[in-house]
Amino acid sequence: MKEIILAKYGEIALKGENRSTFEDILTRNIKRRLKNLGSFQLSRRQSTIYIEPLDDGDVDAAVEALKCVFGIGAIQRCAVFPKDFETVTENLSYLKSALDTAKTFKVEAKRSDKSFPMKSPEIQQRLGDAVLDAFPHLGVDVHTPDVTVRLEIRDNGAYLSAERIIGAGGMPVGSSGKALLMLSGGIDSPVAGYMMAKRGLIVDCIHYVSPPYTSERARLKVEKLCELMTGYCGDIRFYCVPFTEIQEALRDNCPEEHFTVLMRRMMVKIANKICSRDGYGAIITGESLAQVASQTLPALYCTNAAAEFPVFRPVIGMDKIEITEISRRIGTFETSILPYEDCCTVFSPKHPRTRPKFEDILAAEGAYDFDSMIDEAISKTEMKRFKYGEETVFLD
Amino acid sequence: MIYLDNAATTKPCLECRKAVAEAMENQFGNASSLHNMGTASLQILSRAKRTVLAALSGTKSPLDGEVVFTSGATESNNMAIFGAAERARCRRIVSTAIEHPSVARALDGLAERGFEVVRLAPKDHADFIEAIVNAVDENTALVSVMAVNNETGFAVDVPLLYKQIKRKNPKTAVHIDAVQGFLKMPLDGDLISVSGHKIHSSKGIGALFIKKGEIIPPLLKGGGQQHNLRSGTEPVELIAGFEAAINAYRGSHEGFLKLKNHLLKRLSELSDIKLNSDERCVPNIVNFSVRGVRSEIMLHSLEEDGIYVSSGSACSKGKKSGVLEALGVSDKDADCAVRVSFCADNTTDEIDALCDKISKTIERVRRGTSKNRF
Repeated sequence: MKEIILAKYGEIALKGENRSTFEDILTRNIKRRLKNLGSFQLSRRQSTIYIEPLDDGDVDAAVEALKCVFGIGAIQRCAVFPKDFETVTENLSYLKSALDTAKTFKVEAKRSDKSFPMKSPEIQQRLGDAVLDAFPHLGVDVHTPDVTVRLEIRDNGAYLSAERIIGAGGMPVGSSGKALLMLSGGIDSPVAGYMMAKRGLIVDCIHYVSPPYTSERARLKVEKLCELMTGYCGDIRFYCVPFTEIQEALRDNCPEEHFTVLMRRMMVKIANKICSRDGYGAIITGESLAQVASQTLPALYCTNAAAEFPVFRPVIGMDKIEITEISRRIGTFETSILPYEDCCTVFSPKHPRTRPKFEDILAAEGAYDFDSMIDEAISKTEMKRFKYGEETVFLD
Repeated sequence: MIYLDNAATTKPCLECRKAVAEAMENQFGNASSLHNMGTASLQILSRAKRTVLAALSGTKSPLDGEVVFTSGATESNNMAIFGAAERARCRRIVSTAIEHPSVARALDGLAERGFEVVRLAPKDHADFIEAIVNAVDENTALVSVMAVNNETGFAVDVPLLYKQIKRKNPKTAVHIDAVQGFLKMPLDGDLISVSGHKIHSSKGIGALFIKKGEIIPPLLKGGGQQHNLRSGTEPVELIAGFEAAINAYRGSHEGFLKLKNHLLKRLSELSDIKLNSDERCVPNIVNFSVRGVRSEIMLHSLEEDGIYVSSGSACSKGKKSGVLEALGVSDKDADCAVRVSFCADNTTDEIDALCDKISKTIERVRRGTSKNRF
């Protein structure tokens, strides 16, 4: 008996003529995730990618890895048989591990190969009887069963399974282009990155450091977040921008109450230039409306006006509890709450202006030559790559 | 690199590194084995005990008692405090408000079990030894006092303290956490904790001295090694390194004093420096506050030039140790406290480099303080 994983499309199934482009990207992404888990053979038919383990393919690990691949709607672990009903019923022991601990079950059958002699309702009925015979402790519950046994008669075989896992959904990473995430080290920005990767973006990260006001540990924490995000986003480029001199210049030359908004504008201006230089199509931030002084509507207006690219703020309408929930689910929360100060809180004013006037901000910014400092910061920016499946940052 | 954080840990000296390597290469036998390799390890162990006993007293006559090698001072402190408490017939413990967490938290545990724990703060007493002795009564089972405070270097005359407590109540057990005092001053006590990595040995090795006649139960039970006081195969390599580091120790009061005086002179040339270490402190630890510059910023600024110090009370992590407060340092000054701690290899040139960078950092960070940002 042979075991196989079916990765069923999510949204891609709705695509028309350009569908194969998305399928190609998804297949490539899956191959990358499985690279270190042994050999697998991939093929696609009927809105499904068939993932067949060869000698050393680790199916358990592969299923775990596939859960984080955007573009997959559902993951199904199946045993494959020739299209012969008797053979299937002789091999129901495949379901043992799933059914032993269950109390109730139901059967779902699907017959995409219409030449198969039995129709779906008949398959359901007869397979149900066979399961009851093999596992007499079970009862039938067609509404809320503990386990759903599925038999699909597809073009190239009969697929029996008792395990269907909801996939990560969304679009395959890389199918929507690439964007630059402003990653601070807090809870929100990794979630924002995750959400946009789910829409098919390649997400690379930009982070601003202000030594000696911020520490090496704060930077390592952000690098760790990048590394954790690769689980969903795939490989990530990490830009680390030295920001001390700009912050000091803002402190020394601009009104204190405007400090945070001006600082955010500087960050956006640096992001603009990196986007133009390296081909990013958008900026992503973890801003959530009204969360802090720099995220009020007037403050966002001022920050947004500095952007030369679309700014995606996927968590703008979410509250902290919702964001935290996602953060926990994707595994970034514990790292996000490590107590190292990031540059956003350095020099932050006691009484920031929550309704800054745009003309005041422009006037304050015009009082000093920040452009050359921005260029200087970009020239000193370091870039690092974080690869999926490689652990290089240790900060427990 | 200019390493001025020797109260946190020290660089293992060459003699220690050689002794560890030699033991790993040639004397790796289990000290409990009956063959001659085991005997060779046992020899290293017993010789090291003698060395520790002699080093503790700081005089020609070694202390009389047992030495138990432990994983470090945290284990030694826990063993001493919980062990003494287990054998105690009365319920009062006298200690200080400036103890290391490995003592303070152990005492918390005893307080929860119903012990009365008195913790005296140096800032409240002109004569601290007198205050401690006054707090000892006929119901006092244990006194636990650190020889030298790790944050400011505040020191007590341990032999004097021990003598006076014993005069007041001979039944009171006296535990001295001597991590920062070992090899720097004469010591005495019923139980004394020391650590290897503060004296140029490796991390993972320490000892507890148990005076002759003092009996405490083991913390770890098992194979019955070290006279049943500390089960677990003895790490002969680390013990050999520990002994070598004791023998090779080069720190001297005069040498440290010279460095401290140079530092104080240079600091006096800067404005808004508040000294947190006074004349009661050992010369190898100097704590001061640079007003207007938070400790952590100073620490990272110095680190840019490869100068390593400590921020002392680690307030950035959201909690204060309370130790500086008990030593009379205000919260505001504690936020800006820097601890410099020397070893014998430090030079006045290094102190100059430190002070030059402190001066530059003050200038850089304070530019904004006219707007009162700190």
